[in-house]
Amino acid sequence: MPDPMRIRATAQPDGVEVRVLMSHEMEPGQRRDASGNMVPPHFIQTVTVTHAGKTVLSAEWGPAVAKNPYLQFKFQGGKKGDEIVVTWVDNKGETRTDKATIN
Amino acid sequence: MSETRRDFMKLTGVFGLLAAAGLLTAEEALAQQQAWNKAAFETKSVGDAIKALGGGAPVESKDIAITAPDIAENGAVVPVGVTSKIPKTQAVYVLVEKNPNVLAAGFNIPAGTEPSVATRIKMGQTSNVYAVVKADGKFYVASKEVKVTLGGCGG
Repeated sequence: MPDPMRIRATAQPDGVEVRVLMSHEMEPGQRRDASGNMVPPHFIQTVTVTHAGKTVLSAEWGPAVAKNPYLQFKFQGGKKGDEIVVTWVDNKGETRTDKATIN
Repeated sequence: MSETRRDFMKLTGVFGLLAAAGLLTAEEALAQQQAWNKAAFETKSVGDAIKALGGGAPVESKDIAITAPDIAENGAVVPVGVTSKIPKTQAVYVLVEKNPNVLAAGFNIPAGTEPSVATRIKMGQTSNVYAVVKADGKFYVASKEVKVTLGGCGG
């Protein structure tokens, strides 16, 4: 099971700012290990953020997103105490979902 | 009596949760993997990538701001932010011209979400970073050169 994400969601006058730090290797699949074998790719492909059952951001990522990915964005319509849900799925089908409360 | 009932409830509760969790994630994972635009992420040039995303020749726009360092010391972690002031922005893509595959990330912006996203990407070498914005079905582009002193492909 992958490590949990760190999510910060803060209500600001012009919307809710969401910052997410995920824990993932983001292996691009273009590297060789010490014995010369290709390291297979392993990276997050899709990220979905929902608030009150509505998707507020969906992202598609390639292997060029840096290790332990960071994501920041802002959306309207959220308020203090609401819950947001962040889900990612990687190319091996592994997935992780974490929740955070807007404050 | 109450002891056995408690045990029974515990068991069903745990199994029920497990089944629900297993089913949900498997289905969701499959749906999401199919949504991933494999063709676009395998393209080798900026033009091909935009074509694979469904766009023609993009229009240069001053309404797209790219936030990225002029010189990135470490290509493995380059902070990049894109803000679009174009109305009806639907999607924002980050492309790196000289990476093995140019498309780094794409973000779908539903109504109510600001067309402003930030993330961190890897860059193999000094290159132009392109921000492509899809707004009202049309494609717009802006670019910025980022010098990399240490490549990010070696990990």
